[in-house]
Amino acid sequence: MADSGKKKAAGLPLPLMQGLHGEFYRHCAAGRLSFQRCSDCGRWRHVPREICPACSSWNWSWEQSSGRGTVYTYTIAERPMHPSFAERCPYAVVVVEMEEGVRVLSQVVDCPPSELEIGAAVTVDYLSVGPEGTGANDRQGEEAGDAGASDSEGIVLPVFRLA
Amino acid sequence: MKDKACIVGVGATGFCRGEGSGKSLHGLQLEAALTALADAGLRAGQVDGIMPFPNLGTAEGFAASLGCENLRFATTVNMGGAAPVASLGVAAAAVTSGLADYVLMPAGWNGYSGSRAGAIVQEMTASIPGGAIARDFYLPHGLVAPPQWYALIARRHMHEYGTTAEQLGAVALAMRKHAQLNPAAVMHDKSMTMEQYLASPMITDPYRLFDCCLETDGAAACVVTTTERARDLARPPVYISGVASAQPYPADEITGREDIFRTGLTVAAPRAFEMAGVEPADADFAQVYDCFTFEVVQQLEEAGFCTRGEGGAFVEGGRIELGGELPVNTHGGLLSEAHVLGMGHVVEAARQLRGEAAGRQVADAGLGVVTGWGDFGDGSIAVLRN
Repeated sequence: MADSGKKKAAGLPLPLMQGLHGEFYRHCAAGRLSFQRCSDCGRWRHVPREICPACSSWNWSWEQSSGRGTVYTYTIAERPMHPSFAERCPYAVVVVEMEEGVRVLSQVVDCPPSELEIGAAVTVDYLSVGPEGTGANDRQGEEAGDAGASDSEGIVLPVFRLA
Repeated sequence: MKDKACIVGVGATGFCRGEGSGKSLHGLQLEAALTALADAGLRAGQVDGIMPFPNLGTAEGFAASLGCENLRFATTVNMGGAAPVASLGVAAAAVTSGLADYVLMPAGWNGYSGSRAGAIVQEMTASIPGGAIARDFYLPHGLVAPPQWYALIARRHMHEYGTTAEQLGAVALAMRKHAQLNPAAVMHDKSMTMEQYLASPMITDPYRLFDCCLETDGAAACVVTTTERARDLARPPVYISGVASAQPYPADEITGREDIFRTGLTVAAPRAFEMAGVEPADADFAQVYDCFTFEVVQQLEEAGFCTRGEGGAFVEGGRIELGGELPVNTHGGLLSEAHVLGMGHVVEAARQLRGEAAGRQVADAGLGVVTGWGDFGDGSIAVLRN
């Protein structure tokens, strides 16, 4: 148990901010929900992948989403299945289908779970959840010998509001 | 490979909650393994192939305990709850090709007294194929556990096809009814009505408590060998007529699939039925991996027992109960017997085809189907006959 001097909160599980996953979240932190788009076939993709599953191209760029989508499906957690979310119950986890065609797992922050409807129009918003390196997940990263960088503005999740 | 390999021995421990099994994870599975070997009339030392369930033990460990001095086939199919049935296919391929003579498949856990579902979420997320995706894109929003993953599919199915809570309830009630005929079932002597089902607390909408599988301690195992060797063994062989497993696409991410209802079983089922040369309607029963009620509805559709969207109506009116058109989970399944990771379904299928299911025996059972479901919708299916 090395004393790293870093305080580890038993907080929300946060993304590890590594590789392409980290790039996705850094775009969110900059207020630009972006997805990878293949430079050859034009197809959008999410979650991040190194090559295009449609045409195997290595050429792609991050492109900003319109931020608009509709609720594709959801589930409402009434009982906590993870201690970090116990106080939030009941809460809805929502799959949003974006105008670009990709789907994003997220939450609709301004709608009571009981009023959610499939097909509802939503637009992106951003939720700051803490500085990097403070999430419950980061212990995994440390064990893997990668403490991660903690030099940016923090971790921001893409969330949604009713349009 | 049709009918070239057989299940020649099956066994299970008792199933319990409460105080727990009192056995280690390893010991519990050893008990089931020894029961299956005794059932087959094999000595443990004859086993030369072992296929453990993912993350719950190693072939080396089982071989060491069982005195298997000639272990030459050791592998695990990494498909979560779809692993046992998928392993039937791999084992059949192994014994028919000569890679092994007798393949033992143990599965089990102290799912109640040991690693309860809530406690293993993070550990599991690290071990499933899409673990890094779940960690970085699901967990931060509170999507942390299998009932939530699958509830997303169930909710969409209800939206597109009008599947109702009462139809999910019909699955729960059928499994519970069958458990009343199975003295080994944890829910034996605990009958359930639709009113009780609907009144059970919501866990993750649309899943209520009684839509969810049990958390239990217990293990089960089976042994596979060639049809030729099976003739010399103690029990009537159960022929593996058709078997297949497959992955959804993509298998490591559950929300973005173009067709969210297309799972591994969608791909696997036609192959298994084709290999066996039969149709779904030929089956006398089906043991369908029932981690949650909707997964039974969905698998009945994707396996071809009914068309997509008709699964809700299919499970109503006693059709999936004993005496109905297609009895499903005659042992009570994960919902009402015990959560033995899908191996319980294999054991029950073999018992039915050997005519040993006592008060829950399907009359003249000659052909049965068993399915597996795991991780983000991995699928497996075997068509078995006597």
